[in-house]
Amino acid sequence: MFASIQEFLSALGQYNFLQSALLASIMVGIMSGIIGSFIILRGMSLMGDAISHSVLPGVAVAYMLGINLMLGATAFGVLAALLIGYVSTHSKLKNDTSIGIVFSAFFALGFILISMAGSSTNLHHILFGNVLAVSDQDLLTTVIVLAIVILFVVIAYKELLITSFDETFAKSYGLNTTVMQYALMIILTLVTVSALQTVGLILIVAMLVTPAATAFLWTNRLSIMIVFASIFGVVASTIGLYLSYTFDWASGPAIVLVAAAIFMVSFIIAPKQGFFQKLGGKHG
Amino acid sequence: MLEAKGLTVGYTATPVFEDLSVSFEPGKITGIIGPNGAGKSTLIKAILDLIKKQAGDVKLDGQEVSKVRQKTAYVEQRANLDMSFPINVFDVVLTGTYGRLGLFKSPGAKEKAAATDALEQLKLSEFKKRQISELSGGQLQRVFVARAVVQQADVVILDEPFVGIDMKSEADIMEILKLWRDQGKTIIVIHHDLNKVSAYFDDLVIMNHGIVAAGPVDEVYTRENIGHAFSADLGNVLFEDKGEA
Repeated sequence: MFASIQEFLSALGQYNFLQSALLASIMVGIMSGIIGSFIILRGMSLMGDAISHSVLPGVAVAYMLGINLMLGATAFGVLAALLIGYVSTHSKLKNDTSIGIVFSAFFALGFILISMAGSSTNLHHILFGNVLAVSDQDLLTTVIVLAIVILFVVIAYKELLITSFDETFAKSYGLNTTVMQYALMIILTLVTVSALQTVGLILIVAMLVTPAATAFLWTNRLSIMIVFASIFGVVASTIGLYLSYTFDWASGPAIVLVAAAIFMVSFIIAPKQGFFQKLGGKHG
Repeated sequence: MLEAKGLTVGYTATPVFEDLSVSFEPGKITGIIGPNGAGKSTLIKAILDLIKKQAGDVKLDGQEVSKVRQKTAYVEQRANLDMSFPINVFDVVLTGTYGRLGLFKSPGAKEKAAATDALEQLKLSEFKKRQISELSGGQLQRVFVARAVVQQADVVILDEPFVGIDMKSEADIMEILKLWRDQGKTIIVIHHDLNKVSAYFDDLVIMNHGIVAAGPVDEVYTRENIGHAFSADLGNVLFEDKGEA
């Protein structure tokens, strides 16, 4: 094991592509921890999954037209969010049902468009991630998205907090909660597209939810939760990258499994969980 | 003066109430009572412009309420909140300054001092670092009243503030409401415990899908009105010992 870590580190010094992969993984770990914290506190985990799946046709269309992937993906992500809202407000169906309908349809459409547009290896990489093929262009996009995410959360921290905690109160003092919701969804689609390369579309929801949920078990303060979620995201991404490189695993599943392992350990030892107290039969 | 005129509100095709008009006076504590589903919460949400109205308008001293939101404070039912949210008592109270601060400005020393004062006023100082699920019902309700204190609004509306809380907290909150009244604020309380109506309120609004009666408590709180809004039996039981037959 030590030998393989040493080998990984020396490869890191040697290969440009590995450095890019590490940088991208770290940045995606940070941004998904930050946005994921709000996603889980707002009960939007399924929505996060839906939006990440719904960007697929956007990726395909952008690829066909030769425009920036971000543009196509964001357009379809927002379109999906609007459609989900429309279906649940204009029918008696519950929100999770309309999410299920819309995102599966978008994903199916994207799947077909991608097969029409390019090679199948491409599709596999989009679905499961191929962090070792991060280009300088991708890296630059990721830096920009990370900057937007941090700026957004620093500037609108108080608005994000109150709309997540007590939306009615936010409305009562005149905050436009709908704008906040859509701003968050737009940022979420940007994060999704950045994470396409590292974890792949199917597992993005894990990066949003798992590190944030792990952080939730450790603290009672939102600001600390966000920092912890980012740290857990970075640790999972880095160890996952190492596993991916060493054992030739797909990067997405490797990263997600590490995140899940950190969650499991936290689930048992985090003081807020009181797992041992429960086992001991004391008051929980 | 807070005035609602010609309000029609309905979540579906059949409205909760139609063409409802009611006013609330400053320097008074006004109770709103009525049976379950009478439209009490809907009325205050309409007054606060939190839900869509099919018709009517609400004015505070001649201005649309939706344009002077800083002048209103709303203490909603506690049951609607996520108690596991990672936030402590102090930070909840601090959110009361958000409206005044405006978009994207963070609370500073002045806002934090206001939150500290409000916590002290509601005897919550020792709990300020606690996560909100670690409080009793009464402590939690005092937290939300403390937040309303910080808001420094002219109109304070509370939805069922005394449900499931201890008597000491109820008395502490009532004390604040009376203090606000004496400062000339307009206080509106949705209430369900008919026994305390005379003790707590100056004015009373009795509702059942519309206004059954409104005015000073001693004029409005009668066997006839209660019988009309709730049931004849309840009216008889409540007023049995008062010889008002």
